[in-house]
Parts: sequence; C-alpha cells; structure tokens
Amino acid sequence: MERDKVIEVKDLVKRFGTFTANDHLTFDVWRGEIFGFLGANGAGKTTAIRILCGLSRPTSGRVMVAGIDASQKPEEIKKRIGYMSQRFSLYEDLTVSENIELYGGIYGMSMKEIVPRREALLEKLSFTSYGDMLIRALPLGLKQKLAFSVAIFHDPEIVFLDEPTSGVDPITRRQFWEMIYETASRGITVFVTTHYMDEASYCDRISIMSEGRIVALDSPSALLRQYGTASVEELFVKIARPQKIRE
Amino acid sequence: MNAVDAKSITQRFGKITAVDDVSFTVSEGELFGFIGPDGAGKTTLFRIAATLIIPTGGRMTLFGLNVVSDFRELRNHIGYMPGRFSLYTDLTVEENLQFYATIFGTTIKENYHLIEPVYKQIEPFRKRRAGHLSGGMKQKLALSCALIHKPRILILDEPTTGVDAVSRTEFWEMLEGLKREGITIIVSTPYMDEALRCDRIALMQQGRLMGIDTPAAIRSSYGKKIYAVSHRDRYRLLLALRAMTDVDSPEPFGEAVHINIREGATVDDVKKSLERAGLEGAEVTEITPGIEDVFLELMKKGS
Repeated sequence: MERDKVIEVKDLVKRFGTFTANDHLTFDVWRGEIFGFLGANGAGKTTAIRILCGLSRPTSGRVMVAGIDASQKPEEIKKRIGYMSQRFSLYEDLTVSENIELYGGIYGMSMKEIVPRREALLEKLSFTSYGDMLIRALPLGLKQKLAFSVAIFHDPEIVFLDEPTSGVDPITRRQFWEMIYETASRGITVFVTTHYMDEASYCDRISIMSEGRIVALDSPSALLRQYGTASVEELFVKIARPQKIRE
Repeated sequence: MNAVDAKSITQRFGKITAVDDVSFTVSEGELFGFIGPDGAGKTTLFRIAATLIIPTGGRMTLFGLNVVSDFRELRNHIGYMPGRFSLYTDLTVEENLQFYATIFGTTIKENYHLIEPVYKQIEPFRKRRAGHLSGGMKQKLALSCALIHKPRILILDEPTTGVDAVSRTEFWEMLEGLKREGITIIVSTPYMDEALRCDRIALMQQGRLMGIDTPAAIRSSYGKKIYAVSHRDRYRLLLALRAMTDVDSPEPFGEAVHINIREGATVDDVKKSLERAGLEGAEVTEITPGIEDVFLELMKKGS
C-alpha cells in the first residue's frame, strides 16, 4: 500500500560541534495522520522539529516537508506548516481577533479572506463574546484551543504541536484532542509531542526517540504487542531510558 | 505539631481570587501533593508557604512559625523550588550550589550525604554553566540547591512539569528517598498519575480544594462503578458511547474509554448497543477508578 508521504526523512544527522543530536533518523509521516513524536528530555526531539519546521538545517541527510527540501528551501517550508508550542503561541497584549488577523496576515492572507474565516472560527469555538478580549485575560484552556485554531487558520499541510496540553486541566485536555482528531479528519497532518502517555495512544502512529535515534515506530497497539506492555507509559519507560548519562 | 497548618488562606490579586478559603494540615515527614491544572492556585499557595507573599486573608504556620511574622527564622527551614528555573544561568553547576550553601551559612561538604543521590547524577557536569543544562539536569540542580541547607520542609512547585515520563519516575524515587530522611515535602503537579506517590493529596481547581485524603481514599470516594471500554477504532467508539442512553460520562483514557453505566442497564446492554453500532468485539471491563476519574467527576459537579 503506497501512501502519500507529507514528511520524508532519510538519514538525518544534526551535529553541534562534537555532539550528535540527531543520529541517522529515517521515518515518513503520512498525509492526514496523527503522528506522535515521543522521547525523553534531551533525546533530540526539539532539534529534529526545528529542522522539520525550516528553522535549522540538517548536517546531512535528506528531509522533505510538504514536498520541499529542508536543506535547500527552509523558508518555503514555513509557509506550508502551522506551529504551536506550550511556551509561546499568542500575543498577550493583543485581543483574540487581533491575534487571528496577525497570523492570517503573516501567512499572506488578505483581510477579505481573514474576516469571514475569523467569524466562523469564533463561532465554532463559542468565542463570539471574546473577540475583543485581550489574550492575557483568557484562561489557559481557552488560550490553548485558540492557539491551535490560529496555527491551522491558513490551512497548512502539516501542523506541529509541541507539548500543546502541558498543564491544561483534564477536561480541556480531552476537548483539545477532539480538535486534533477533527483537524486530521480534514486531511491536515498533525505532528505532536507530549509527556502525557495516555495521549500518545490517541495517535495513529508514534515514534520514540532515545539518545538521538528512533528506537521504535509503529501504531501504539502494534508497539504494545511487540514489546508485551500494557500501556504506552510502560513501553516508554522500558525503551526510552538512556543506557547511561552522557555529555 | 504539624509541619504545615493553613487556615482559611485567601489570596486576591485585584479582582481575581487565586486562592479561595483554603485550609489544610501537613504532618511532619509527610509527602503531600497538590494536584490540579494551571490556574488552580497551586503556585500562589506555595509562594505563601515559602514566605514570599503575604496572604490577603487567613493564617499559615510551618512548624508553629507564622509565615508572615516569623518569616526570617522560617526561611532557614524551607527549601523552595519554584516552577520556573531560577538559578543563576551564568554560574556553573558547582558555583550555584556553593552560592546557596554560603548564603545559608553551610558548606557543600556538610550536607553532601543529603544531596548525593540527586547531585551525583549531575556532578560530571559541575563545570558547566547552569544555563547550558538540559531540562532534566536543571531540575536536579534546583533540587540540590533547595536541599543544601538541610531544610525541614521542601516546597516543590511543579518539579516534573514538562519532564518526560522516565525522568519523572526517577524524580519521585528521589523524593521518596528524602522522605525517608525525615524531610516533609509538599509538591504540586498537573500529572494526576503522580498523585499515587503521595501520602495524601489535595485536589485543587480554580482556587479551591475539592478534596483532601489519601490517594486510596480519594479513589474509593468515586462511589460508582466505572468501566473501561476498548476497541481498535477509538474515535468511533467514543462517538458511539456518547450517543448511547445507557452510558454516562464517556471519557477517553489512552487505550480505553471510561464510562459509567446508567441504572437499570448492564454491561451486556452496552456491548449489544456497540455491536449494533458496528463496533464488534469491543471489550467492557470493570476497573478501579483512578485519580483522574475522580478529578473529572469533581470538576463536572463543581461547574
């Protein structure tokens, strides 16, 4: 079965001086799937995500994102993806509507395109009364939902979510995942990192990184069968633990 | 004497009530957890306990010393690890530790046994600047600095947030070791599964405590039967369960969806409805409720 690959990574190596952060990574991400990118802190996830988003160049290897070569035209990649992280996503001193307009504008949308979409988005989030509210006055859960909506406002081919639910309450966390499902069902590929292991099992496929390498990649259920573990948490503790602490 | 005695603590910031009439006690040597999402008021409560802010209302003592009037003396007994990394990024690992030891009038050598299990993991990097450490190493350095003056109580604000599942497990093992040394620990976390590591926990949401008890008692307070339903097609399963009148509060939990079954209906009824919805072979198993099940239930009741 040949599937449409939206990300193709072959032998990706990234070195910083003598340190190898990504050590021959090879994997594909299929269009429309929810791909969980897991690993212990320091395993090399952030380095790989920065390359996939066109923010950093590989030392060697081939990285294609949405049909664009990350070594050649990283700037082109940025136009075709969406990105949201736990740390920074929206401008606190701008209102909800202003943030939406700003992001739409950055991605080259005209006000003519932005306004009807903005209204539809506010409606969908039941946010109509929040349009003029400053971001900093919003509760974290709402902020995160809005940040995600803004990241996919320009209909990117892929959206990268870096720990999107960190610290979010359990009800909002579940609502957030429904938004992820809905997004993927529209054909937008979702590339997500998380430290909540229950969320890992909501992904179509997960990869687990350890010490710069991918040590496992498959659907959660196939990995559980392969390693004989009852949950992704158990699986993670079993295979993601580095052999030793090293520089 | 209790390690912590908090009565009706309230903290307002302008119109916002961050902590709303919170009372609790922590016994000496206890490992006490505050569980709740961002915005629950955990950080504010911990800052009050760490003598860093004065509460709008209420009274709190640590080992009989008042957090407001006795703050100077109390600070010698408190080891505080804030949620945001706040050591000196331009100092090396060793210099940071040295600095904290010196301001508390002690030496690294004097209390080395206490920090050893934590510190020896980052000691190979003692000449590295703290700003250049990975997240997990920063956390270990911060804990070492909080411990260097041999405090009677550790106040740890979300030490495991953003930390991977493996390092989190290691961190909790370290805390259990410190507890055996007789140190009282209050710790907050947004990860519900970590609650099981504590002697007692307080569930916190929007400035209020929703319950305080041992993890076992909190779990048994759920008071209803709960079932885990699993099927290969999880999203369709969730939607089907939502549509079923025999089923109450379906919530996704990783590999399974947790449900209650309405009175008068049985597991077989649910299975049959699932088959009718085209979800053959779904498994329905009664389980013990977890902390997160209880938390969700309390949140729904509260809203």
